[in-house]
Amino acid sequence: MSVWRYGDDINTDMLFPGKYTYTCSTAEEIKPHLLEDLDPTFAKNVQKDDLILAGKNFGCGSSREQPVVGLKAVGVKAVIAKSFARIFYRSAINQGLLLLEIPHAVDAYHEGDVVDVDIQKGVITVGSTTFSFPKIPPEILAIRDAGGLLNYTREKIQKRL
Amino acid sequence: MGMTFAEKILSKYAKEKETTPGQIVTVHPNHVLTHDNTAAIIQKISKELDSHGVFSSDLPVIVLDHVIPAASEKTALNHKLVREFVKKHHIKHFYDVGQGVCHQIVIEKGLALPGQLVLGSDSHTCSYGAIGAFSSGIDRTEAAALLLTGETWLKVPQSIQMIFEGQLQKMVSAKDVILHIIRDISASGATYCSVEFHGQVSEFSVDDRFTITNMGVEMGAKNAVFFVDDITKKYLGSIGVSENRYDSIQADTDAIYQDSLTYDISDIVPLVACPHTVDNVKPADELNDIQIDQCLIGTCTNGRGSDLEVAANILKGKRVHPDVRLIILPASKSIFQHALEKGYIKIFVDAGAMILPPGCGPCLGAHQGVLSPGERCLSTANRNFKGRMGSKEAEIYLASPATVASSAIKGTITDPREVI
Repeated sequence: MSVWRYGDDINTDMLFPGKYTYTCSTAEEIKPHLLEDLDPTFAKNVQKDDLILAGKNFGCGSSREQPVVGLKAVGVKAVIAKSFARIFYRSAINQGLLLLEIPHAVDAYHEGDVVDVDIQKGVITVGSTTFSFPKIPPEILAIRDAGGLLNYTREKIQKRL
Repeated sequence: MGMTFAEKILSKYAKEKETTPGQIVTVHPNHVLTHDNTAAIIQKISKELDSHGVFSSDLPVIVLDHVIPAASEKTALNHKLVREFVKKHHIKHFYDVGQGVCHQIVIEKGLALPGQLVLGSDSHTCSYGAIGAFSSGIDRTEAAALLLTGETWLKVPQSIQMIFEGQLQKMVSAKDVILHIIRDISASGATYCSVEFHGQVSEFSVDDRFTITNMGVEMGAKNAVFFVDDITKKYLGSIGVSENRYDSIQADTDAIYQDSLTYDISDIVPLVACPHTVDNVKPADELNDIQIDQCLIGTCTNGRGSDLEVAANILKGKRVHPDVRLIILPASKSIFQHALEKGYIKIFVDAGAMILPPGCGPCLGAHQGVLSPGERCLSTANRNFKGRMGSKEAEIYLASPATVASSAIKGTITDPREVI
């Protein structure tokens, strides 16, 4: 498990360049371009269960969902940031990518610290310090439990018939 | 207790007496906007569309604008898929390539009205607060779900009140005002909030308000709104929308705000957002050494009739600097026609500018004016992120139409007050 550390205001163009927005839509098309203009080593080296730690306003900018789809597809376990931009946050709910807004946990991290996220218990451990994160509201949990918004919607329209 | 605009409108759509910040409500928006990304959206739900159809043929507003005319076989195929979908499902509100930028179309065609709720799979959907609607951006997946069910959830946001005082100086515009605000509160200063504009708003036309609300998302806002007044009513009348068709929702005077900020707009000077964040704002007259390779006037932020008029007044009888490429994109076909009738297009072409079809073009780096490494563009758009217009080694500066037109003549960033 690796921790990828980035700063404030990481925008969606850095996470997935706009020039590919209308030519890459599937996870396989998106993966090679993830974080291309921010960190060219990311797409090559990211592993399942890796974590991203970032500053404030992560995911600001465009409503494109490729960054979220891509991060979920490569197996990123969670993005922990001081704050998130709202469309990105919403998109993560829709795709089932875990985002944790815990400024103290981001500040507590030092190079080489082991970071562990326990979703069941709602805690994150950074080095030797443990932080809890708030419960997910039931409306949002229902989307997550269905495996994302599309599955949730499919279940809903089936019931309607 | 009084309610903010967001609390009132979300109460209306949730069919509740009142709502409070943090509450999650289920809503049915009046319209869902999608653009070239409609192709990707409908492909996600092709089976469900076949079995269940679209929730309502009146719900979607589809505008092809992002990569128009098609720049490649792939984008041409996307457009074709969208046209087939529109025909098959009898979509009522479809605007094919060349009609205009989606947000301009929504406003011009009266597809967002005061007191309505509109969601769109584009971050600048927040623009429709210019005429008193509640509008906000969503992703493609959520747009797909909405096409099937017509409903989604929204969290009631906290609100920020921004109060304008004073009068703008000559050659200072709405663009300078919003850059001033974003510099003040930062690119994340209004994250998740509903932003309401109060005070001396009679300084701003609907075009100006559009520029300001369009950039609400650049300070993180969920939506941004000017309440309906005589200026709004007059504009809506001009596009054939009578007062009995809309609900002029305003915040209560005793509403509770997370923050209240007052801006004396008479102090504002022509401003420029420098690379690579929208809150990196400096006065234009401090950037005279910055040489420009490309200038862009247009986009959903500043491609309207009044923007082109300002640019035409500056460029009339002048020549664009030989080292500068000036690109102009009217935000819609009707604006293009207006600019033709008014003689602006002749002025631009005589000055050495290129005119692009009404669309998003170079703003998102897809085609039509992409930047090479080491190049600089001064643009009237809303975003200057690294790599947005092509190369990650290019630089994007953002300013008003007056500043961009003046700089195109000089070849360096220029305060428009020097030229006039």
